[in-house]
Amino acid sequence: MLTFLNHLISGISLGSVYAIIALGYTMVYGIAKMLNFAHGDVIMVGAYVCFFMVSSFGLHPIIGILLAMVVCTLLGIVIERLAYKPLRQAPSLAVLITAIGMSYFLQNAAQLLWTSNYKMFPAFFTFGGKNGVSFFDGRLNLSWTTIVTILACLVIMVVLTLFTDKTKLGKAMRACSEDKGAAQLMGINVNTTISVTFAIGSALAAVAGVLLCSAYPTLMPTTGSMPGIKAFTAAVFGGIGSIPGALLGGILLGIIEIFAKAYISTQVSDAIVFAVLIIVLLVKPTGLLGKQIREKV
Amino acid sequence: MKLKLSKTTRINFLTYAVVIVAFVVFQSLSSAGALSSTLKGQLVPICAYVVMALSLNLTVGVLGELSLGHAGFVSVGAFAGAVASAALTTVIPIPALRLAVSMVIGAIFAAIAGVLIGIPVLRLRGDYLAIVTLAFGEIIKSLITNFYIGIDGEGLHFSFLSNKLSLGEGGRMILNGPMGIPGITRISTFAAGFILTMIALIVIFNLVNSRSGRAIMALRDNRIAAESVGINVTKYKMMAFVTSAALAGAAGCLFSLGQNTILPSKFDFNTSILILVFVVLGGQGRMLGSIIAAAALTILPEVLREFADYRMLVYAIVLILVMLITNNPTISGFFARLFRRQKGDET
Repeated sequence: MLTFLNHLISGISLGSVYAIIALGYTMVYGIAKMLNFAHGDVIMVGAYVCFFMVSSFGLHPIIGILLAMVVCTLLGIVIERLAYKPLRQAPSLAVLITAIGMSYFLQNAAQLLWTSNYKMFPAFFTFGGKNGVSFFDGRLNLSWTTIVTILACLVIMVVLTLFTDKTKLGKAMRACSEDKGAAQLMGINVNTTISVTFAIGSALAAVAGVLLCSAYPTLMPTTGSMPGIKAFTAAVFGGIGSIPGALLGGILLGIIEIFAKAYISTQVSDAIVFAVLIIVLLVKPTGLLGKQIREKV
Repeated sequence: MKLKLSKTTRINFLTYAVVIVAFVVFQSLSSAGALSSTLKGQLVPICAYVVMALSLNLTVGVLGELSLGHAGFVSVGAFAGAVASAALTTVIPIPALRLAVSMVIGAIFAAIAGVLIGIPVLRLRGDYLAIVTLAFGEIIKSLITNFYIGIDGEGLHFSFLSNKLSLGEGGRMILNGPMGIPGITRISTFAAGFILTMIALIVIFNLVNSRSGRAIMALRDNRIAAESVGINVTKYKMMAFVTSAALAGAAGCLFSLGQNTILPSKFDFNTSILILVFVVLGGQGRMLGSIIAAAALTILPEVLREFADYRMLVYAIVLILVMLITNNPTISGFFARLFRRQKGDET
């Protein structure tokens, strides 16, 4: 029972990271209707920035995370301006290939800047010299990383939901995702709104990068790609374009992955995760919380 | 005498001609020893990538569905073909014949995978379809990574997840899970690659120009309208998808039998994307474009070798720039005007 609980907690923790990454995918998809494959690599950049700020410059981890968020936000805006904005009217496949090109670019730039040797990410989240708290004579362990990850995910979810529901900019984002033309007629600056969406998604990617590397401390230029694909799967799982869907999809995916690893087989855990995705999509073709779009002739 | 040919027929013949000329030129250059050894080693992979791009173009360009898991079919074909070739070494001693048989086996296995995957996948639409093909690609990769095949006097032995095989006298392992297939007898030749490319072109052109091909393209252009005139959606989608998978399998077999070792991790998401890049750069539905893009982009990293560490970075930048330039309205408008003027001069 306690092992089950342990697995469940680590599943939720991994799922929280996926959920934060999936938010970036889902927001960008909702508004720009594009699959931003470079998102996974922004995660990696965020983790590297935080790593160097903390281990080379000796800054406090909180400042490191904030700086990583700033760098990733700028990176997201620059990528959007240079590569995606000129392709607003282009066919979606052209945008997809550009995003993939961007992903290659970030990976290879990181490889040149920081070499392909992996770096050990330091353990940030220690309070009072302990890695975490344990219950039942150490049979149930909760590391601080896990607690911080889950809390961060919840806080981000609440703040983001409030942001999109209550603020003017958030409403503009929802309007753009529904109908760009109509939004423009209502005086919404669509380009700025899309840039802001990219900025928010990239800042979240930085947070996700730090949290991911705190739990799995090997940092490489390719660190972001597999979690990126998984989080993208999570976004589709929950219904792409929907913020609560990203949370639900991310957490479910994390739990399924950890349980598949623990109870079935480590080697085929990825296959099981993807198989579950396929089954869900066959039953609900637009994901768990996705909107059913009716086709008109 | 003036031959009256339709535009599609002319383009098809042009495509055949380009492939034949390219083959003759490279074959004579290679036998004259004018090719560098790296380029010579690239000839078979280039043919394999060309066929992969052609087959994906059938799904993406002609059927109009985005597939992000094409490497999965390539992988099935590559491993089925390589295992078949290793198992048939004594049965069929002639390399060319064994290669042909292996390719057919690879294509059949990939086609079966295509049917199995096509049934669920083709019910979905758009980006959801794309993500499910991605998922299938990853599933195939992780299944092959855990597959073990050995051979002894009694025939082939299979095992899944861990190597539980106890082989008899003179037995040996063929497929070694994550280690892939080591020690492949390289029987793929440039000529075989050329023949496969021609076969792929003939299959695709004949499919596209047939009644079925027109039905498939009607589905791409407007599914609802096509359905309302009585086109069977599932049947024609499956036809295109399975043909595409079978060709990809044959290409995978050609590729694997030209290598010393193949690993299951070779055919991952990045390979699917690589093939997709060929198709998009060459133009969706344009077979000649796919051929040129696949050949050029396979050679490009070799040519960029002098940039050493920077070559993948340059590759990425080239990719982004090409996409930006080809989709720039000012530049494409300029070319459109230029061509219109030229045509105006002719008449």
